[in-house]
Amino acid sequence: MKLLVCIKQVPDLESRFKPDAAGVWYNETDLAFRMNEYDEYAVEQAVRLREQLGEGCELTVLSIGPDRVVEAIKKSLAMGCDNAAHIQDAAAYSKDPWQIASIISAYAKERNFDIIFTGMQSQDRGSAQVGVIVAELLGIACTTTIVNFDYDNGTITAKRELEGGIKGVVKLKTPALVTCQLGLNVPRYPTLPNIMKAKKKEITAISVAELLKEESLAATTSFHPPAKKGGGIVLEGDIADQVEKVIAILKDKTAVLR
Amino acid sequence: MKTLLIGEYREGKMLESTYELFGFAAQLGGESAMLMVGSESQLPAYGGTLYLADAAACGEYNPDMHKKLILEAVQIENPDCIVFLHSSYGWDLAPRVAVALKAAQVSEVIALADGGFEVGCCNGKMRRTVKPATAKTVLTIQAGSFPVLQPGGTPDVRKLEAAGGTTVEFTGYEAAEKKDVDLAKAEIIVSAGRGVGKKDNIPVIQALATALGGELGASRPVVDAEWVSHSHQVGTTGQTVSPKLYVACGISGAIQHLAGMKKSDFIIAINKDKDAPIGEIADVLVVADVMQFVPAFTAKIAR
Ligand SMILES: Cc1cc2nc3c(=O)[nH]c(=O)nc-3n(C[C@H](O)[C@H](O)[C@H](O)COP(=O)(O)OP(=O)(O)OC[C@H]3O[C@@H](n4cnc5c(N)ncnc54)[C@H](O)[C@@H]3O)c2cc1C
Ligand SMILES: Nc1ncnc2c1ncn2[C@@H]1O[C@H](COP(=O)(O)O)[C@@H](O)[C@H]1O
Repeated sequence: MKLLVCIKQVPDLESRFKPDAAGVWYNETDLAFRMNEYDEYAVEQAVRLREQLGEGCELTVLSIGPDRVVEAIKKSLAMGCDNAAHIQDAAAYSKDPWQIASIISAYAKERNFDIIFTGMQSQDRGSAQVGVIVAELLGIACTTTIVNFDYDNGTITAKRELEGGIKGVVKLKTPALVTCQLGLNVPRYPTLPNIMKAKKKEITAISVAELLKEESLAATTSFHPPAKKGGGIVLEGDIADQVEKVIAILKDKTAVLR
Repeated sequence: MKTLLIGEYREGKMLESTYELFGFAAQLGGESAMLMVGSESQLPAYGGTLYLADAAACGEYNPDMHKKLILEAVQIENPDCIVFLHSSYGWDLAPRVAVALKAAQVSEVIALADGGFEVGCCNGKMRRTVKPATAKTVLTIQAGSFPVLQPGGTPDVRKLEAAGGTTVEFTGYEAAEKKDVDLAKAEIIVSAGRGVGKKDNIPVIQALATALGGELGASRPVVDAEWVSHSHQVGTTGQTVSPKLYVACGISGAIQHLAGMKKSDFIIAINKDKDAPIGEIADVLVVADVMQFVPAFTAKIAR
């Protein structure tokens, strides 16, 4: 069995975002990067399946991006992936989901993966498109937003999370792709021995030019903060003072404090 | 602009969110038609063309077949935009239609922008304007961003039949977990988010809820990490609440959380990040460390 998991590196979302010089994406200076949260669940599920299948199973992790994404790749290797493909692209941020997906499918085409795992969405761009497009381009079965995954003898049984906490149960025959939702499992922390072992695992670097054949279908023309709705009161400064003010506001504006 | 709107139907009922599609189409202007895999007993109150396929025959979740049906309607109508809700149904199906048409897809549209569409990014903190470069565009619109609009009337139904197999077999629904607290009835809710730091800090948030005579709520990561049970979760995949007072402790204000609590009468948010999107809907934003502010606040009201 051959498994693939696709990961993206994203900035820490508690950061302050400033537009870049072109005003179409964020400026990366001062941002700390880590693995997209949804992709951690995807890696964990792929690693669990890898462990279930044992010998003869190979799990590859793939990430498209500049050199910094190697950090996220290393984390996946330390979590239990066998090897990695780093698709080197300093301009990955400017590509639309269609292009990112066509790069992944160009990589996956000849390699015949049985199961591909992706996150349901990336936290910075959040299009929730890449996984499904990859499956369509490869012509394989696909389901999205899974919160439960089970594999047995060529069949995946998954639960999709629907609105209001209802779930939909689906079965797919491999080859197939699933997109992973938060809470699918509990992602492990890499242990020190596994971090050491991961250093020996192979990371193949591939230039994006070898895989990218498609033009973008949509362009970002502006990246900006939301228009301030205003109205709300912002309280800064001393805690005791903030407490006094909040209590005064509650007494004035609501009936919850007598 | 001509639009094809894709309605939603689940467990034998048309979903009310379908009416947000009409709200979007009204803002965009131009002609529109709708397609729904549903049933004749559940028609939208709308006087236009409705391409209807029978869910009993096609399945409520059958992406291969639903894609084919949509492509058939696209052939007949030749729309400029094919519009889905950004929902478990929409984000699953939209990219399949977009790939088949090689059309640009813009996800999570929250507003129309000059020549393009406004979408949220960076967990709701920032916005992008996206301009499609293709003749046809596939869109998914964010729930709650466009008004609910019931155009009224009875649709001109055109039946579509689907044939062919499927690669994804749907075997049934599983009901939501039983709730041990009904937050919908609570007048005061104090919710814990990831910003409370760790499970050991939950009692501090619970203490404020108790002091105010309210219930404990939570954001999703707090539930996923098993700090509190799922019955406390507020949001699209948890409960929808509208208390007199909602206190958000260390919650960033992601769209899926806001969808569950933005109708609260009065909202207080405690967050160390002044730019957190929760600030956009909060009546009061306390910029502070939640573990410093909350105990001090509780102590003051408890006295
Ligand atoms: C399909 C789908 C459905 C979803 N359904 C839901 C749902 O029903 N409910 C839900 O809540 N989410 C849901 N989510 C997840 C949602 O997108 C967010 O990931 C989630 O709401 C974030 O929770 P949070 O605000 O607690 O955490 P974060 O986004 O990590 O925010 C933590 C906040 O705490 C602040 N903070 C950190 N430390 C401190 C401190 N010491 N003092 C004060 N503030 C601090 C930070 O500034 C930050 O703003 C869903 C996502 C998807 C894709
Ligand atoms: N640059 C990338 N490299 C590898 N995988 C990616 C990349 N961008 C997106 N993905 C995958 O596609 C999923 C959905 O991303 P998106 O469509 O951008 O929301 C992510 O969770 C990843 O699994």
